[in-house]
Amino acid sequence: MGRRGEIAFFLTPAILLYVVFVIYPITRAGQYSFYRWNGLQDLTDFIGFQNYREAITNSVFQGALMNNLTIIIASLVVQLPIGLGIALLLNRKLKGRGALRTIIFIPYVLAEVVAGVMWTLILTPRGAANATLQNLGLENLQQLWLADPDIALWTLFGVLTWKYVGFAIILFLAGLQGVPEELHEAAALDGASWWQIQRRIVIPMIGPTIRIWAFLSMIGSIQLFDLVWIMTGGGPANSTQTMATYLIGQGFERFRFGYGSAVAVIMFSFSLILALFYQRFVLARDVQDPVSGRKG
Amino acid sequence: MSNLELAGRRRFNFSQPFVYFVALALIGITLGPVIYIVLGGFRSTGALAANPAGLPDPWIFTNYANVLTSSSFWQQVFNSTVIALITTAIVVIFGVMAAFALARYQFKGREGLFTFFVLGLLFPVTVAILPLFILTRDLGLTESPLGVALPQAAFGLPMTIVILRPFLRALPTELEDAALIDGTTRLGFFFRIALPLSGPGLVTVGVLAFIGSWNAYLLPLLLLSRPENFTLPLGVATFSTQYTQDTAAVLAFTSLSMIPALVFFLLMQRYIVNGLTGAVKG
Repeated sequence: MGRRGEIAFFLTPAILLYVVFVIYPITRAGQYSFYRWNGLQDLTDFIGFQNYREAITNSVFQGALMNNLTIIIASLVVQLPIGLGIALLLNRKLKGRGALRTIIFIPYVLAEVVAGVMWTLILTPRGAANATLQNLGLENLQQLWLADPDIALWTLFGVLTWKYVGFAIILFLAGLQGVPEELHEAAALDGASWWQIQRRIVIPMIGPTIRIWAFLSMIGSIQLFDLVWIMTGGGPANSTQTMATYLIGQGFERFRFGYGSAVAVIMFSFSLILALFYQRFVLARDVQDPVSGRKG
Repeated sequence: MSNLELAGRRRFNFSQPFVYFVALALIGITLGPVIYIVLGGFRSTGALAANPAGLPDPWIFTNYANVLTSSSFWQQVFNSTVIALITTAIVVIFGVMAAFALARYQFKGREGLFTFFVLGLLFPVTVAILPLFILTRDLGLTESPLGVALPQAAFGLPMTIVILRPFLRALPTELEDAALIDGTTRLGFFFRIALPLSGPGLVTVGVLAFIGSWNAYLLPLLLLSRPENFTLPLGVATFSTQYTQDTAAVLAFTSLSMIPALVFFLLMQRYIVNGLTGAVKG
């Protein structure tokens, strides 16, 4: 086997698999999006951009898009300070630190389905959450956590935070291990307070880790599906629809494959634009300004 | 948790009991819900309805016993295992081969090809799900483990290649030269030297692929409709909607479904954390 033969031998299986099951379906989605199609007949009813027009003017889709944006922003604004704060606190010699890390990471390893079923049971109107509030004498904080359109999205966001903040903490802790001990000591000798050291030295040094985390968090928020599908199915009154639950609902429950594909393409464009923008303006920045534009 | 004490090496101007307190609160918030459903599985549905936040009294074992003696639970464990193993095998083997070529051969279009794979990180399976459904139907792969495993492996390739390429790149050229001088072919170098040396990387991507497949919901949901083909997440979702009246049974089923993933995680956590943080720092 020549050198070319070897290269072909190593690359062909992966390229084939990738093209057949990733690239081909995605280009097909682009094609379907211009048709009215139920997935069964021949693909003949070409309707141009009508599916796209319908999606962007549809109030449920607009709501879904807004929900994705809300989750993206809330994740950054809430999970970053919590994750970073806890990581900074725990970044020291602790007995039982290994066990602590393991425990913090557990929710991340559970399936979203399992976490979703678990929290649904806890958050039912007569479930443990409300019962605990009652036992604590906090009846007025009791809520219809998943049935009240005004708060269901925030309930889901709370569960998402429970599930994913551990990942942020572990990631930040790993980043913090790369900050040399001597820097802390030197700054402390110069009279810097704990917070000054964190803010001026430590946080800037783990800037790259924070930026990558933020990126992963945003991409994850755009794709949000399992947990929502299990806990609310997009309800009540569409108040928790995401682009993905809307896509699956239209595609598989109403057999609107063309329209669903248009939603898929919009969703993909959204992550692509976000990725390019992020690559250009945030990841490319130097380490001086670590928290991606947010004030510390 | 009393051994969770601080061996304060550095002294900061705020008290260590605070850190201790935060750590305990974190453990409580993280584990509280999980412990609640595990304990709830030991209660009766009646007791749960009367006092949702109570403790088991008396302890009832029938909920767990019923799940553990039901054939559908074990069938789902088996199905999940088969799909996860196939996914993992394909993604690791195809991934390491591609990463090897992309790391150790000079050829035209190499970086372009690498970017082509990296782009896949941006394609969530959701975007391709409608055409994938049609494709697997046309290939006759609906209701088959392969129908779920092949797309999962394909979508896992980008991350695998991104993690493994630096690994294979880092092997010293001298090693390769020495092997070639000794009469080994490049293929021999791959199988006998590169593969064993990249063992930790392979385990990391393997574990990530396995857990990803084990927890996957969307693809199995759309491709597997017969209960005998269900994976564990499908089983949990279905069980919880079928037995809405029997809360205790759902708690027991959900608790037991967590165990395989948790055990696997505890055994492999070193690789998971290293892999994720390594990939992110990369």
